[in-house]
Amino acid sequence: MTRSDEIDRRALVAGGLSLGLGLALAAPDAHATQGGVDAVLKKLTGGNTPQSGRISIDLPPITESGNSVPLTFDVQSPMSADDRVRSVHVLADGNPNPEVAVFHFGPAMPRATGQLRIRLAQSQNVVVVALMANGEAFVARREVKVTIGGCAG
Amino acid sequence: MSATPQPRVRMPATAKAGEIVEVKLLLSGHDMESGQRKDKDGRAIPRKIVNQLVVSFEGEEMLRVEMFPAVAANPYHAFFVRVPKSGIFRFSWRDDDGTIYNAEHKVTVG
Repeated sequence: MTRSDEIDRRALVAGGLSLGLGLALAAPDAHATQGGVDAVLKKLTGGNTPQSGRISIDLPPITESGNSVPLTFDVQSPMSADDRVRSVHVLADGNPNPEVAVFHFGPAMPRATGQLRIRLAQSQNVVVVALMANGEAFVARREVKVTIGGCAG
Repeated sequence: MSATPQPRVRMPATAKAGEIVEVKLLLSGHDMESGQRKDKDGRAIPRKIVNQLVVSFEGEEMLRVEMFPAVAANPYHAFFVRVPKSGIFRFSWRDDDGTIYNAEHKVTVG
């Protein structure tokens, strides 16, 4: 495993079980960013309501650890000069910061697909937003249950 | 901290002209320190993440990925590119401290 996991584990043991429980209970409210995702969405779409559809998200529904959760997104698009995906924004509404990653697809990219591994601090919704070259916006959400968080110790 | 991160590239070495191929990238050995953790004395551990990945072919940018602290350690990416002709794909990861980790991969069309 990685070094960061070892630090987390050691800190938790050193802090004692009671402290660990205290942090776990305090974490969701202290870090939740539901409003943060809405604010980012609003900024990305200029206040217009994004459409549903076109986006598929592959994400495990339940994960034991939030440290490294595999995510694949695929946006249906011909990726032609006038009908293509310009960018895909990955957001998470229960992390300290709602932004996870942004993929900017150049005109030569054949598919608006990407795969990465993300951190989830708690059970939450992962939100994927696709911005099209013609100004349209699409959004999709997927809920993930996390047994152990992946952000702060 | 850990040793110098090692970029790893997995993609075909040959392709047909115009073929769509999958690229898998791993920056091995990078902690992606989020800036939200504390050490055992309660001091905040400063943020140090790779905040950008750029993929280019023969000098033309194809894909740019911005990353935030919610990207897991040892950042991994997979995506598809079109190979128009023989040439070199370049991959560069930019660290918070300004360090650039580079890798390149030659694809021959034949």
